[in-house]
Amino acid sequence: MAGPVSQRAAVRRKQAIFRWVTVSLVLAFFMLPLIGMLDFTTKVRRGGRTMATWKTLMNVSEISTKYPALKEGFIASIGLSVITVVIMLALLVPTMTWVRLRLPGMSRLVEFICLLPLTVPAIVLVVGLAPVYSWVFYLFGESTLWLGLAYVVLVLPYAYRALDAGLRAIDVKTLSEAARSLGASWFRVMWRIVLPNLRTAVLSASFLSVALVLGEFTIANLFSRRNLQVAMYQLGKSDAKISVAVGLLSLVFAFVVLFAMSFVGAQRSGSRRRRRPLAAAVAPAPAGTGSVKEPS
Amino acid sequence: MSVASPNAERGVAVELTELRRSYGPVNALDSMTLHLAPGEFVALLGPSGCGKTTALRCLAGLEDPDAGTITIGGRDVTALPTNKRDLGMVFQAYSLFPHMTARQNVEFGLEMRGQDKSTRARRAGDMLDLVGLSSQADRYAHQMSGGQQQRVALARALAISPQVLLLDEPLSALDAKVRTQLRDEIRRIQLEIGTTTLFVTHDQEEALAVADRVGVMRAGRLEQLAPPQELYARPATAFVAEFVGLTNRLAGRASGGRAEVLGVSLPLLAGSGDGNVEVLVRPEGIEATPDPNGNATVLSAAFLGAHGRVTARTDGGEQVEVQVASAALPSFEPGQRVRVTPRGDAALAVAR
Repeated sequence: MAGPVSQRAAVRRKQAIFRWVTVSLVLAFFMLPLIGMLDFTTKVRRGGRTMATWKTLMNVSEISTKYPALKEGFIASIGLSVITVVIMLALLVPTMTWVRLRLPGMSRLVEFICLLPLTVPAIVLVVGLAPVYSWVFYLFGESTLWLGLAYVVLVLPYAYRALDAGLRAIDVKTLSEAARSLGASWFRVMWRIVLPNLRTAVLSASFLSVALVLGEFTIANLFSRRNLQVAMYQLGKSDAKISVAVGLLSLVFAFVVLFAMSFVGAQRSGSRRRRRPLAAAVAPAPAGTGSVKEPS
Repeated sequence: MSVASPNAERGVAVELTELRRSYGPVNALDSMTLHLAPGEFVALLGPSGCGKTTALRCLAGLEDPDAGTITIGGRDVTALPTNKRDLGMVFQAYSLFPHMTARQNVEFGLEMRGQDKSTRARRAGDMLDLVGLSSQADRYAHQMSGGQQQRVALARALAISPQVLLLDEPLSALDAKVRTQLRDEIRRIQLEIGTTTLFVTHDQEEALAVADRVGVMRAGRLEQLAPPQELYARPATAFVAEFVGLTNRLAGRASGGRAEVLGVSLPLLAGSGDGNVEVLVRPEGIEATPDPNGNATVLSAAFLGAHGRVTARTDGGEQVEVQVASAALPSFEPGQRVRVTPRGDAALAVAR
C-alpha cells in the first residue's frame, strides 16, 4: 500500500515544483523590464543611487511647473478616459440589451462589428479617421478630447466582451418582461433592473477602457494631440529619467487596476451567488481577440 | 358558463377576439377567440407549440398579434404597451430580480406606481403574509428554494392589485410535491382575491385541478373550452379526449346516436360520427373480470397506487386499457382470460 502512496506524493511534489518554476519564470518575464526601469530612474552616473527623480515626480507643484506638457497630457488622458467610458457605456449597454431582447438574429452582426476594430491597426484607423477629424477640429476646435470618439471604437471589442459575459449571466429577457409587467418603462427597466445586475460587467468594461486609453499612443501622436503617452515620449527626448519614471508609474497603475478588478468581483460573489468575479467577465476578451485576429 | 369565485365582482372581463399571430409559415394563433368572465380562472392546456403561451403573451403585451383585438374590462388594450396594461404575471423561469430582497421585489411594482414608502412596506408585508413567506422577506432569490421564489413572484404580481393575473407555466420548474402544494395555494389565493386569471400549462392534471374552465388548444385554435368535469366526460373532439386523460380507441358501428362496442350498446356524445367508427372509451369506463370464457387476454397489469391498470388484447385484436381497484389487481396475471365490457357511459365516436 505504501508504494503507490509515496509514488503519488512524489508526482505531486514534482507538479508543485513545476508550478512554482513556471510562475517564477512568468513573473520574472514581467518584472525584469520594470526592475530595469526602476534601476534606470535611480542610477547616478558614477555609481550609487538617488531618489531625486521620484521626489520630483511626487511633488505635484514642481512637476506641473517644470513639465507643463506632462501635466497637460495627464489631464487630457484622464478626460479622455472619462469621455470614452461614458460614450462606450451609453452606446453599448442599451444596444446589447435591446439586441438580446428584440433582435436576437442581429447578435452575430453586432458582435462582428464590435470586434472588427481588433483587426484594424491603429495606423489604418487614423488614415480613415483623418478626414473626419480634420472637419471636427476645424468646426469644433482643436481639443484633444475629441480623440475620445476614436477611442470608443478602439475599446469596443474589449468592452463588448466584458458586457456580453455579464448579459449571459442573467436572464435579461425574463427579468425585463417581469419589470415591464409590473409597470416599469424601458428607461426604468434599464436603470433599475439591467444595470444593477450588470454591475461587475460594467465595471470591468470601464476598467479595461481606462487601461487602454491611458496607454494609447499611436492615434494621439499621428493626430499631433498630446495625451499622457505622447507627453512621455516627447519628454523622453529631453529628460529620459522622468519619462521612464512616469512610464513605470502608469504601468504599475494599470497592473493594480487589473489586479483590483479580480478582487472586487470575487468579494461580491461571496454574497451573491450569480455574480462572477470581474476577472472571469474579462477573461473571454483575449480568447475572442485571438480568434478574430487570425483571418486578417 | 360557471364562475366559481365568490369575489367575482372584483374581477374584470377579458376578451381575446379573433387573434392571429404567425411566425413565418407557422400559425401560432389561428383566429383564436377566448372570453374570460370577471373573476374566472381559465387554464389553457395543450401540447408544446399549440399557441397557448403566445395567447398569454399577446394578452400581456409581450407579443403583438397580427390581427384581432384584446379587451380588459371593456377597454381595448390591443395597442397598449405591457407596462400600461395593469397585469400581474408569473413566469416559468425564475424571474425575481437577483439584486433585490424578496420584500424589495414585491415592492417594485408599487414603486413604479409612485406609492410612498410606508404604503409599499405595508402592502409588501401583507402580500408576503398571503403566500406564507413573511419570515423570508429579507432574503435574496439565490437564498430561497424554487417554490419560495415562485411564491414571492406570485406575491409580487398580486401586490399591484392587477386587473388580470397571468400565470405562464409557473409550476413546471418545481418538483412534484411542491408543485401540487403551490397549485392549490394559487387557487386558494385566486378565490380569495377574485382576480381574473389566465393560467397556461401543459400538465392536464394541473389544469383540471384548479381552473373554473379549461381550454384545450391545438395548432393555434381552441378545440374546446369547458369546465373540467365536462371536458373530461364529454370531450368535443378526439384530440381533446386523448390529450385529457387516457383513452381507448375501440372499433364499433354507430347509428341513431348509439354504438355497439365489445357487445355493449353505448350512448354517443354530440358530434359523434355514424357508420364504422372508433369509440373513445376511458379506462375507468371499462370493466374487467377474470373469466375463462372471456373475450380478451391479459397482457400486463400495473400497480399505480390508488388503483391499478390492466392491459388486455381482445379476441378482435384490439388493445384495451382497463382501470381496476388496487385490491383486485392480484387476480389479473399476464396470459389470463378476462371479460372486458364497457360500463355504458356516454362516449365520443370518430370516423374510422
